[in-house]
Amino acid sequence: MTAVQPQPQPEAQPQQDALEVGTTATTTVQGHSRIPWRFLAGRAAFYLFTLWAAITINFFLPRMMKGDAVTQYLSRNRNVSPEAADALRALLGLDTDASMLEQYLDYWGLLLRGDLGVSLLHGLRPVTEVISQALPWTVGLVGFATIVSFAIGTIGGAIVGWRRGSRLDGLIPLTTFLSTIPYFWLGLLAIAVFSVNLGWFPIGKAYGVGITPELSAEFIGQVIQHGTLPAATIVIASLGGWMLGMRNMMLTVLDEDYVMVAQAKGMPNRRVLWRYAARNAVLPQIQSFALSIGFIVGGTIVMEMVFSYPGVGKLLLDATNAKDYALMQGVFLVITLSVLVANILADVAYAFLDPRTRQTEA
Amino acid sequence: MRDALLSVHDFSVTYDVDPPVEAVKNVTLELRRGEILGLAGESGCGKTTLAYGVQRLLKAPALITSGSVVFHDASGEDVEVDRLDAEQMRRFRWDKVSMVFQGAMNALNPVAPIGAQLEDVFVVHRPSMSRAERREAVAELLEIVKVGRQRARSFPHELSGGMRQRVMIAMALALRPQLMVMDEPTTALDVLVQREILRQISQLRHEFGFTVVFITHDLPLLLEISDRIAIMREGEIVELDTAERIWSNPQDGYTKTLLSSFPRLTGERGVVVR
Amino acid sequence: MTTDLRTEPAPDLHAAPAPRPRATGRARLGSAFAMFRNRKSITGLVILGFFVLVAILADVIAPFSPTQVDSTARLEPPSGAHWLGTTHLGEDVLSQVIYGTRGVIVVGFLAAIMATIIAVLVGVIAGYLRGWRSESLSALTNVFLVIPGLPLIIIVASMFDDPPLVVIAAVLGLTGWAWGARVLRAQTMSLRNRDFVQAARANGEPLHRIIGNEMLPNLMALIAASFVGTVTAAILGLTTLSYIGVIPVNTYNWGTILNWAGAQGAFRQNQWWWFLPPGLCIAAIGVALSLINFGIDEYVNPRLRSAGERARAMRKRGLDVNDPVTAVRPTAVRPTTSPGSATSAEERA
Repeated sequence: MTAVQPQPQPEAQPQQDALEVGTTATTTVQGHSRIPWRFLAGRAAFYLFTLWAAITINFFLPRMMKGDAVTQYLSRNRNVSPEAADALRALLGLDTDASMLEQYLDYWGLLLRGDLGVSLLHGLRPVTEVISQALPWTVGLVGFATIVSFAIGTIGGAIVGWRRGSRLDGLIPLTTFLSTIPYFWLGLLAIAVFSVNLGWFPIGKAYGVGITPELSAEFIGQVIQHGTLPAATIVIASLGGWMLGMRNMMLTVLDEDYVMVAQAKGMPNRRVLWRYAARNAVLPQIQSFALSIGFIVGGTIVMEMVFSYPGVGKLLLDATNAKDYALMQGVFLVITLSVLVANILADVAYAFLDPRTRQTEA
Repeated sequence: MRDALLSVHDFSVTYDVDPPVEAVKNVTLELRRGEILGLAGESGCGKTTLAYGVQRLLKAPALITSGSVVFHDASGEDVEVDRLDAEQMRRFRWDKVSMVFQGAMNALNPVAPIGAQLEDVFVVHRPSMSRAERREAVAELLEIVKVGRQRARSFPHELSGGMRQRVMIAMALALRPQLMVMDEPTTALDVLVQREILRQISQLRHEFGFTVVFITHDLPLLLEISDRIAIMREGEIVELDTAERIWSNPQDGYTKTLLSSFPRLTGERGVVVR
Repeated sequence: MTTDLRTEPAPDLHAAPAPRPRATGRARLGSAFAMFRNRKSITGLVILGFFVLVAILADVIAPFSPTQVDSTARLEPPSGAHWLGTTHLGEDVLSQVIYGTRGVIVVGFLAAIMATIIAVLVGVIAGYLRGWRSESLSALTNVFLVIPGLPLIIIVASMFDDPPLVVIAAVLGLTGWAWGARVLRAQTMSLRNRDFVQAARANGEPLHRIIGNEMLPNLMALIAASFVGTVTAAILGLTTLSYIGVIPVNTYNWGTILNWAGAQGAFRQNQWWWFLPPGLCIAAIGVALSLINFGIDEYVNPRLRSAGERARAMRKRGLDVNDPVTAVRPTAVRPTTSPGSATSAEERA
């Protein structure tokens, strides 16, 4: 044909399988691992380290407090039983005759036995009992509100990012403004407007006064009624962050090649938006969700105070004001543990959503 | 069946920015059924814009400012591509004309298995197929391009560059289109893989009989594989002829420039004159 | 087919392009602050500047002393004498808000400065080094990120009876550096592999020069964004802690005003002049800081800026950026191209 010599085509040459010629692919391992073990193991190691750090910080906290305040604490409370007093001493570091290392080990021993001391504020009941009563309320409120906020923010952000330049763009500054307003002020305003003036919602607490918690429709109705305002406040205040983050990620993803290929393939817009663009943009969102759980917890603590919601946040504040050190220590530990667990869940979700974390062992 | 597959007449594309940029200027060409047309030129000459433009794949601010594009379907019907609305265009895409893109590095959705991305095409364009039929069609495609049906559950990052490009070819082939536009399909690959892919394309063309528009800046490659070559410069086709005549008897000065910029085995410079 | 080895001369190459003039020092300085030059940043900076001015000139501006009690004018709504009304003790709300600005600004900026210094040190060093040193610094950063900040601050702050502002700022700073450190580490790691850094290392530049002269200018935008973010977080943290009452209420800031208002039941009694202004001020400063951050964001990632603008500009011309199909708009006036576009002797359609 041209000056370039045509290659002789020897028919004797065996038909070479593309799998072996010129590519670096190897044969697949049947059913290679779908669970990203290596990734999860790395994260697990990190979380164990953080747990250890949190417990150690917790150990040192009361020991940094002024000594006389702590001994006063014990001398004031003579009804403390000897075992409880011992536990408190170990927890709060009043065992001045034991070395720091011994105290540390004793502390770990107590923790592993599930003994966090007794709470002075709550009639000398075990701290674990007091906390376990309050924890479900916090988890319910925070968990529910955060998930709703994340969902609305992410979906909203995807739509705003997709329709760049439209009037929807105005949503971003609006929601960002709402998120710069301090949580507690928003909550107080909500109470002032909706509870005091409009009377739509009760002012505080999780359920009506004098009602005992039980699994009845009436009780659940009360819970919902009392919980609407705090949950709505959390959702509105935190919406902005999620929406902004998702919209920014969408703008980056929409310039990627695979989105253009999808449109060239004749995929309808809705399919491209959700399965190609949003599905990729949501990955960094999940990472930042994991990171911000610590901040979310901070906000809920204040929210509980504003609405007198009987969760662990309010517990912590009451304990701080009453100088109930054992309870303070216990609540801090539980909050940290919860944040760690939430982080782990978010990481697991990420690992399953992003196939690139799974190294092929093949 | 007409001999011509695609009639492009007086076709222009302008980017509506300040100042406006005329990327393609009054291009007229007729694509013959079953041929391989090479589209060559330096960066920025408009070859990609032309190929994307006739499929109306360009995004704003690109505008088609003149001309017509008529697709002569095998069934005998003539489709005026520049008059289709968005929904008709969406159905026309991939079914009649498909594309193989450059650099399959990022051309596949990283979070979906390649089987799903191939099935996508069937779900949208052939809704009457059952799930089992789709699976089988995908497996068959993967076998045709020699990736192997067991790879359907793999993710793009688990495949090598060559395999990803084959998957792109399989995807382009899915609906048995009549025209395949290939935009620098082998530029990002090493030479051994290049050879393989080209052989594959050639084999598939013999088997399925589609027309190919091959865009590249690699003129020697085109000289080897194309039937006709169009040389573009600054938005216009400066020469359009068979590969032999371009090699042996280039008319335009720019064509001669291009031919002379490729190194010879013997080390001389300049256009070889016969 | 034998080929004649006669060759025609190849066309000459283009002449080498003229060398670009070296950027002057002044131009470089200007470009360092380019991130602040867009409309959003400037608006934010103006608002922030307003508050800083109020804080500095509090003594001059405030009509009354914040603690001045006037028992004849308790809980009065806004009037000519008291623009924002009075508290339950007859103190002037406006003066309290003005003086409150001081605490907020001082603590906010102090905490942010401390946090940013730590973040830059930890983040850049962790990003530049490799191996276990980098990993351990990263683990340290992540620990501080995961451990919930507010409970920790509450507990720590409760240990002090009367913490001075500096201590409060220090506590806020020490709990808030982790996010910035993480972002800076990631960016430094990606910069480390860039050509200009490799070139500097090959030249034998000392480490402090590489970090100081080569990398830091590229990291400026991120550091600025991190600083602004930390100011926001510190202000929110301070006001929240003051409202809760963990920080003793003899220091003036907007949070303590809200604390008193809440304690006196202002929210239930609709004494809006008492609790609205401090909250609005917090929100206003928050908005200002967010605007600055938006401006920096758009500078760092031009896609964000141009995406919205471009789309709107397109719409003015009647084009939809999101349209997956190219628009067809035949122009009435034909572009004046020479009709000699060489198509060979092929059939025309």
